[in-house]
This record gives sequence, structure tokens and C-alpha cells, in this order.
Amino acid sequence: MSENSSPTTTKISTYVMMIVLIVLALSIVALMLSVNAFIAGNEMVAGYLLIIGFIAMAMSVYVLLQSRKRIASMKIESPKVMTTVECKKCGFKSVREFQRGDFVFKELEACQKCEDKMLITAIYKEIKEKEKTFAV
Amino acid sequence: MSAVLSVIMNQFGGAGDSISQILSILFYVVFIVFLFYGQRIQMYVMIREVEGSLYKLKYIKEEGRKITIETIKEIGKPQTDPSARVDRYLEYFTITPQSMDPAGIVYKLDHILDVRDSRLKDEVKIMAPASDEVQVNNLENTLEAAMALNFIYKVVRHYYIQGKKTLSLYIIMQLQMILPLVMKEAEAYASALKAFAYGQPIGDGAGPLVAAKLMHGYETRKVPKDCVVATLPIEGRTALVIKAEGPGGNVGKPGDAVKAVIDENEGKIASVIMIDAGLKLEGEMVGEVADGVGAAIGGPGVDQYKIEESLVEYHIPIYAVIVKEDIGDAVSPMRKEIADSADKVIERVKNVILERTKEGDKVVIVGVGNSIGIGQ
Repeated sequence: MSENSSPTTTKISTYVMMIVLIVLALSIVALMLSVNAFIAGNEMVAGYLLIIGFIAMAMSVYVLLQSRKRIASMKIESPKVMTTVECKKCGFKSVREFQRGDFVFKELEACQKCEDKMLITAIYKEIKEKEKTFAV
Repeated sequence: MSAVLSVIMNQFGGAGDSISQILSILFYVVFIVFLFYGQRIQMYVMIREVEGSLYKLKYIKEEGRKITIETIKEIGKPQTDPSARVDRYLEYFTITPQSMDPAGIVYKLDHILDVRDSRLKDEVKIMAPASDEVQVNNLENTLEAAMALNFIYKVVRHYYIQGKKTLSLYIIMQLQMILPLVMKEAEAYASALKAFAYGQPIGDGAGPLVAAKLMHGYETRKVPKDCVVATLPIEGRTALVIKAEGPGGNVGKPGDAVKAVIDENEGKIASVIMIDAGLKLEGEMVGEVADGVGAAIGGPGVDQYKIEESLVEYHIPIYAVIVKEDIGDAVSPMRKEIADSADKVIERVKNVILERTKEGDKVVIVGVGNSIGIGQ
């Protein structure tokens, strides 16, 4: 499955982007003002401006990251599918990636060890990440 | 706070009093706006959320269509571009029989489903003339997954537009509430699409996998419709193991197969054991095995009805063994936990046979599900 996404679906809304950039700019202004206030000796105001600046900056960065995450989730994941090949006579077993035409109980070429025919015994997908468990 | 605000505003060049007044007015305006338009603002937020999911659904649907067309071109080697025919196929619908007088509705529905199946198969054969029987089944399944994605997208879009047109919070709210489940299902179908296109076994194939493991090495014969049966010894009893014919994407008609096998044996069957994939509840593990009583089979209900009817006629007890999985696992490539559970299911089936039947009895074992990627 293609991992690329169409331009219409991956574009971040320009409206959202504009707001994020304005908030980011204002947060920088607030941080600069806080430095000014601190130099002028007004520490309380400097503190408030610092808090406002950091919160605004954190929020805008968070929104930007969320938008990127949403784009990433737009892609359709294609899990790795594995095929288990076994020799029923000598027990030789190998696991390889799925190939088109594979099916469970399909007879394959001769075994490397005993020359008997190999058999596909399982086809399954591997899931790397563990499911979130809830301790209840 | 207002003192602090005025000090902050002084940083911008003084005029603290007037700015305080402006801020107070602004606060009241915001308060009044939220008082009267809070619900509408909430609705716009929801609409934005639904819109985002709708974009994703559109992307999944388009990808599905693209994969389907590519697979048809690759396997079927058509002379002309199949895109237009695929688009027509995606819009196919089935009208269920009238249920005002429900007597005989099962056979009417069965007939409609037969007509649908043969029509869709014929369409696939026209679209992909170079494909064999197995590939036709796989392509049909691929197209059905693409059809499901198209339908989900169109239904969500319908309610989204309706909600936007009427500005009804309740339409949008209902849509937004079920959206996580809808998205999960759509993602599962997207995953299924590739599995069908490549002929990989899916989670729903748990039943046929167990049946295949039991019947492998024994002679099989065809039974109606699109099923195979093998006769084999198991724990001193004779087992008649049924599954949909593989390795093409096919669920067969286990209802007809069970009826045929019971009739062949004149009802002298000690018990019927059905194996199927069962929907798990959140918190349960994928691949967990459970057993119980009853006909374990999904779908529109036609096959369940036929099986129950045959069993009642001869007073045959029915047992079920299920492999737990969620809807996503059922239609996407088979997970390792499900593949590994096949041996546990066989053990459970043997236990049921030992506990519930006598030596020399005949039992019917049915592996229900899609046989895609599973031979026999």
C-alpha cells in the first residue's frame, strides 16, 4: 500500500497555521518584554510576562506537533506479513517474508536437509508495538 | 489581576485606565458571546473534528480504489482500463426482501444474496479476464472491501453535510461520538484490502485454519456451496470436517454444507462443533479461546438459520469454540496470536468430543470464516 498521501488530505489548514504563527510571535514578544521589565527592575511583571510567553510558546508548538501527528496518522500502515515454511519429515523450519501466491498448506520446493517437500504451515502478521493494557 | 494587567499594559506605553476598561468590556463581550453562542462554538469545534476524519476517510477510500484498480490490472490483464467498471461496482447496492410478512424471508434473502454473489463474480471475470478461480475470489473480496470503504465515507459525508446544512448540534454530536469506532472499522477495511489483494489469510480465517489443520492429509470432496468436507478419525470417533474451499477468498455457505452432510448421514450425527472468530470485548486478549453452545456463525443469519433448522430436525446438540479478536483483527492479515491459537482450539475441540460424545460416534466439525490464503 502506498505510503504517500494526497496533497488535499495532508495540508495543514492555513487558518490554523496563521493563528499558531501569530501566537508564537506574541509569545516571543512577551519573552522580550519580560527581559525589558527585568532590566527595568520590575521583577513581578517580568515573571508574569515570562509565564505568559512560555505558556503561549508551548501551546503553539504543541498545536504544530499535533498537526504533524495528524498528517502521520493519515498514512495507511502496512504490517509485515511472515510465512512459516516447515518440513514435516525432518522438522526443519524457516520464517520468511510473505510472497504473493503463498497460502497455508501450499507445498513448496524440496527441503534443504532431507529433500522432502516443504510446506507452508502459517502466515501471520507481526505487530511490533504492544497493546496498551489497562490494569483493571 | 487587573492591576497586574494594567502594569503589563503600561509596558506597551501607559494609558492603564482606558486599557483596563477595554479589557473589562472585552471580558463581558466574551462572557455574553459564550453565554449565547457557546453551543454553536462547540458545534464548530465538532464540525472541524469530523471534517478532519472525513479527509482521512476520503484518503483511505481513494487509496482503496487505487489498490483495487492496480491489482485488477496486474492480475486480470484487462484489455481496457477497468477504472470506470470499478467505480460502477463500488456503487452497487443490495435491496433486502420485504419483511412485513416475515414468513419465508430467510430463503428470499438467501436468493438475493446468491444473485448478488453471482453478479459480482461475473463482473470481476469481465474486469479481470486472465484471472483464475482463486484470483476471482480474491479480487471479489478486494472489491467488497473497497465498496465498504466507499460506503462508510459516503455515509459519514452525508451526516456531516446534513449537520452543517441544518446546523443541528445533535446530528453533528452523534456523528462525532461514533466517529472513533467508524474510523477503526475503516482502517480495518483498508488493511483488509491489501490482504485480499495479496491473498493473505485474515483474522476471520481462524475457523478455516483449524479445519484445514484437522483435514490436511485427508481426502476432501466438495459440498454445496463452495465448501469442502473431509472424513477423518479423531479420539475414536469419525469427524466430518467442513470448511470453505480455499485458498481463494471465500466463506462458502456452511448452512448448506452442514445440511448436506447431516442428510447424507440420515441425521446420525452425535454433535456439531462450530469454530469461528468471535468479537472480543476490550480488555480481553486477542487469540483467547472460549467454548459454549450454539451456532457460531456471523453474516446475515441465513446460514445460522439453516444450521439450526437441520439440528432441530434431528435433535443434534451443537457446541461452539471461538477465537477472540476485534473487528480490526478479523478483516486484516491474521495476527500471530490468532495463528498460534489454532492448536489450542484443536485441543478444546478434542475435549468437547471426549466429554460430549461416545466412541464410534460421528461428529461434524465446521470451521466458519473466510478461507483466503488457507488451503486444505
